Amino acid sequence: MAIQDYLRQRYFPHMWCPGCGHGTILNSLLRAIEELEIEKNDLVITSGIGCSARISGYVDFHSLHTMHGRALPCATGVKLSRPHLNVIVPMGDGDALAIGGNHFIHAARRNIDITAIVMNNRIYGMTGGQFSPLSGPGVNATTAPYKTIDNSFDTVKLAIAAGASFVARSTAYHAQESTDILKKAIQHKGFSVVEILSQCPTHYGRKNKEGDAASMLEFHKKNTARIGSKALEKNPDLTPRGIFVDVDTPEYCAEYEKIIAVASKEKM
Amino acid sequence: MKNKIKFIQGNEACVEGALYAGIDFFAGYPITPSTEIMEHLARRLPERGGKFIQMEDEIASMCAIIGASLTGRKSMTATSGPGFSLKQEAIGYACMTEIPCVIANVQRGGPSTGNPTHVSQGDVNQARWGTHGDHSIIALTASNHQDVFAMTVDAFNLAETYRTPVILLLDEAVGHMREKLIVPEEGELEIVDRLRTALGRDVDYHPYLPREDGRLPMSDFGGEHRFNVTGLFHDMWGFPSNNPKVINELLRHLVDKIENNVQAITRYKEHCLDDAEYILVSYGSSARSAIHLAKSRRNRGEKIGVLELQSLWPFPTELVREKCSNAKAVLVVEMNMGQVLAQVKAAVEKPDRVFLANRIDGKLITPSDIKKLLRVIQGRGV
Ligand SMILES: Cc1ncc(C[n+]2csc(CCOP(=O)(O)OP(=O)(O)O)c2C)c(N)n1
Ligand code: SF4
Ligand SMILES: [Mg+2]
Repeated sequence: MAIQDYLRQRYFPHMWCPGCGHGTILNSLLRAIEELEIEKNDLVITSGIGCSARISGYVDFHSLHTMHGRALPCATGVKLSRPHLNVIVPMGDGDALAIGGNHFIHAARRNIDITAIVMNNRIYGMTGGQFSPLSGPGVNATTAPYKTIDNSFDTVKLAIAAGASFVARSTAYHAQESTDILKKAIQHKGFSVVEILSQCPTHYGRKNKEGDAASMLEFHKKNTARIGSKALEKNPDLTPRGIFVDVDTPEYCAEYEKIIAVASKEKM
Repeated sequence: MKNKIKFIQGNEACVEGALYAGIDFFAGYPITPSTEIMEHLARRLPERGGKFIQMEDEIASMCAIIGASLTGRKSMTATSGPGFSLKQEAIGYACMTEIPCVIANVQRGGPSTGNPTHVSQGDVNQARWGTHGDHSIIALTASNHQDVFAMTVDAFNLAETYRTPVILLLDEAVGHMREKLIVPEEGELEIVDRLRTALGRDVDYHPYLPREDGRLPMSDFGGEHRFNVTGLFHDMWGFPSNNPKVINELLRHLVDKIENNVQAITRYKEHCLDDAEYILVSYGSSARSAIHLAKSRRNRGEKIGVLELQSLWPFPTELVREKCSNAKAVLVVEMNMGQVLAQVKAAVEKPDRVFLANRIDGKLITPSDIKKLLRVIQGRGV
């Protein structure tokens, strides 16, 4: 199938600004789904609220656009009731790790078979450029006129500590790499977290001297390096990309099936 | 009849009702005095292939049942005061997206942590207006275990019929009290199943296009029809829209589908009401004391009756007006500062003849509490 076949033409034009990284991530995601040949009817995409969250409406799957921060618990209800469905949850950095932070760590802890994508543009795009828990200190934002003093989360470390069994990072610049990682994440049985560094030229780039979309993409390239690469060895301050964790641990829905087996036997 | 007669808590009667109604999925977070509901369902649901999950909080629980319901599962959560507050945003989401689900709120004293182990009926208005924005909602209540069972079944039925969240407003006294429950035989009570679309695979299905009778056939997530669900105002396909006509029509539909069916939704009971000069309007555990008082005063020849409300929202205004039309006085018996009182005053012809018999101190209102006020109203002194 071609990429267009996964899009809901009726819903276009989309709402993203020119140069927004979110569209590139959607592209990477659709290519992964295409290459995996997933049936449209077997895929549920659940999102919260934010520019990133609008992804769910644009794609021709079962789509659930929920509340700010609440995509993961909604997706948990879908997945546990119909474990055969593929459930993918794209989230913004604020959506996933501020208002939705508690749900994020608990979904990871349960290791429920959901693919969580953190579309990290280090800012609240939709509401006009307030800082997020991934902005880090020293950033200009509308709610930080004197620059931020808040430290940021490291999404990868947080996901690993919380128990996610697949954890990876890529960027909107590395679209093909993102597709490859997303394919593995979707196929992985368990909670997968893929952080994809995105860019918001409208509210982050301009205010933080990272310039327009092109130079922000350049920034993704310059400031990151693959795990195990020479570049990373030489400069450990670069943000590592790649797959950090990929382990087989008991998955929540499969474990619950065992409970059903025990409980229904006891009943008889 | 073997095993059909039980001596159990009200919370367990709610569980029995949910199982009878066909519950498939429960998500919750422990909170007194509702916890027994989730404890029992944790054991009972997997016995029949259903799913139970303890979530990280009440917000997540409410979200999980929304997701589960969309896949075609009959879903429920249970909570109390603070947890009910946390669920409000997602309850509004379920209203907006028309997702059937049941929320049991076993009321305790509030605001805040309040009085966790004592009875209250302080959440009547929160059940109606807890979430933001115009909307309508169904809320049921019950005063004894047989009715807790029946109202729980009704809650699931109404949720499916009107594609809406339904709130089951129980209270600590009924929830924790033990009494007899006779579980009805299969088929004895009506069960409403999910109305699913008959449209085939390649036909354009409209998840938000009401049929002529106002009902909206659903299609399970994971099934043949892919559609969008959003808390934004949306058109008949579920696509976000800020077209004024679409917004206007959707909001009216959400309210009208319930407010135009008050009669069909109304549940109530009469006790000695026929020729009553003094009418006690009550519900939940308060109604037990009201009924007790009415019966004992009847034995002495006083014309006292009880109108026991079992549906509080949409408020049965017409019913209350009609039943109270010949009363010398109406006493609203409840354990809050007059939440149903305000509705009754608005319903009747002579609001100045409506009085409040209440208790708000965590103690169950007693027949003698009610009698004291009644005496004053009757001009007989205390
Ligand atoms: C409960 C609630 N609080 C706040 C908001 C307002 N709000 C909408 S999106 C958003 C932040 C979005 O930022 P992010 O999740 O990073 O997504 P982005 O737009 O950057 O893709 C906020 C604060 C809301 N919709 N709901
Ligand atoms: S505001 Fe930022 S995040 Fe939102 S669409 Fe525009 S560029 Fe993208
Ligand atoms: Mg963001």
